[in-house]
Amino acid sequence: MNWLYDFSYLTGGIHNSLSEHFEPSTVTLIEMILAGVAFMILFAILGLVLVYAERKVSAFFQQRLGPMRVGKWGTAQTLADVIKLLMKEPLMNKNADSFLFNLAPYIIMIAAFMAMAALPFAKGLHALDFDIGILYVSAVSSLGVIGILLAGWSSDNKYSLIGAMRSGAQIISYELSVGLSLLTIVVLTGSLQFSTIIESQANGWWIFKGHISAVIAFIIFLIASTAETNRGPFDLAEAESELTAGFHTEYSGLKFAFFFLAEFANMFIVSAIGATVFLGGWMPFHIGGWVGFNNIMDYIPPIFWFFGKVSFIIFLMMWFRWTFPRLRIDQLLTLEWKYLLPVNLMNILIMAFLALMGWHF
Amino acid sequence: MDSEALIIFFFGGVLMVGVGVLVSNLVAPSSKNTQKDEPYECGIPTQGPSMIQFKVGYYLFAILFLIFDVETVFIFPWAVVMKKVGMAAFIEILIFFIVLGLGLLYAWKKKALKWE
Repeated sequence: MNWLYDFSYLTGGIHNSLSEHFEPSTVTLIEMILAGVAFMILFAILGLVLVYAERKVSAFFQQRLGPMRVGKWGTAQTLADVIKLLMKEPLMNKNADSFLFNLAPYIIMIAAFMAMAALPFAKGLHALDFDIGILYVSAVSSLGVIGILLAGWSSDNKYSLIGAMRSGAQIISYELSVGLSLLTIVVLTGSLQFSTIIESQANGWWIFKGHISAVIAFIIFLIASTAETNRGPFDLAEAESELTAGFHTEYSGLKFAFFFLAEFANMFIVSAIGATVFLGGWMPFHIGGWVGFNNIMDYIPPIFWFFGKVSFIIFLMMWFRWTFPRLRIDQLLTLEWKYLLPVNLMNILIMAFLALMGWHF
Repeated sequence: MDSEALIIFFFGGVLMVGVGVLVSNLVAPSSKNTQKDEPYECGIPTQGPSMIQFKVGYYLFAILFLIFDVETVFIFPWAVVMKKVGMAAFIEILIFFIVLGLGLLYAWKKKALKWE
């Protein structure tokens, strides 16, 4: 069971056995394709599981049962939905810009797919370990907004246009807060590489080690990332009671499904980044100096820690959605520009001062 | 794996949507109807074009974002080397943030952050 604790055994094993039979360039190619296929499968599973989880959690918050008919406790409901969406006729407006209309789902999915490539899932289980990991993820994941704007603009529908514009203003505004709150921790780690950030949390997660500054940064990150994924109280881009469905009103069938899938994938990505930077990623719960305690915690495989933390943050985001009423666009922009951004800048200064004085653990 | 693997992930995204749309086109039914080509706006015929000049407020926030995002890019390398450089880095970022904060205050005073 060693591979469950350190995936480099598994990946290294695959690499070695491939190297025996093929040339190095072919090996690289095969590994890349394997990784691509693995991520596609992960993407599909994530979509199915998260949509089901969202519906069940929403139902329980409202004292309903949620989907119950298809499969045991409705577990096959999302699968049935995918098949239904696949069989739906793809529709398009007569005045829509067909090229941009069809391009939009591609851009959104590519952005989500490429952002997911840099995530560390467990020890030795990551496709790409960039030394600029955080910068890369925040850069790529912000490309998705182009897809949203294209979708809204090309649909030739006023609801879509309003939704896309709101979404654009919202995502670019809150992107600042996401980046800055992550930088608060980068000040402590001195590295943007995910593996280094995780290693630096071997004697305690940053949210515990980084004093009140890290907690503030984590709260800001949660708010901003909820807004960046167009969720919860910040879902005014697709406010169903005023804009029907926002920027994807005109999409039908599978293209609509891709917007939905990308939204859930983005939710997973921001949760994974939050879990990695603030909660130690796949690093088990360690307390500096407590060797026995740390050893007991090490018995739980890292991959369970990672997915546990990610599910916790995703659950928090679902909780937000059913707790807070939807914001207006002016409240939304006020919250970001007049509260979160100044607080964030001050917080970075405080964190830098703490790091300089060595007052963190 | 190195950064060339990004190409695979790029094409992974393309493939996923492409195959999906292709399969959907094959299995989905298709029937022509003039009503289907209309924009979905609650059943009432649309008034005027939809691809119009839009509220300038959004554009204003886009410009503000551009300024602050460029500043964030400057803060990234600073955050990485902050601990190594020490006090000098802290003083420098303090000055940087003061200038940045003045910019934000200016935008605030000019009511650029106010939604009308």
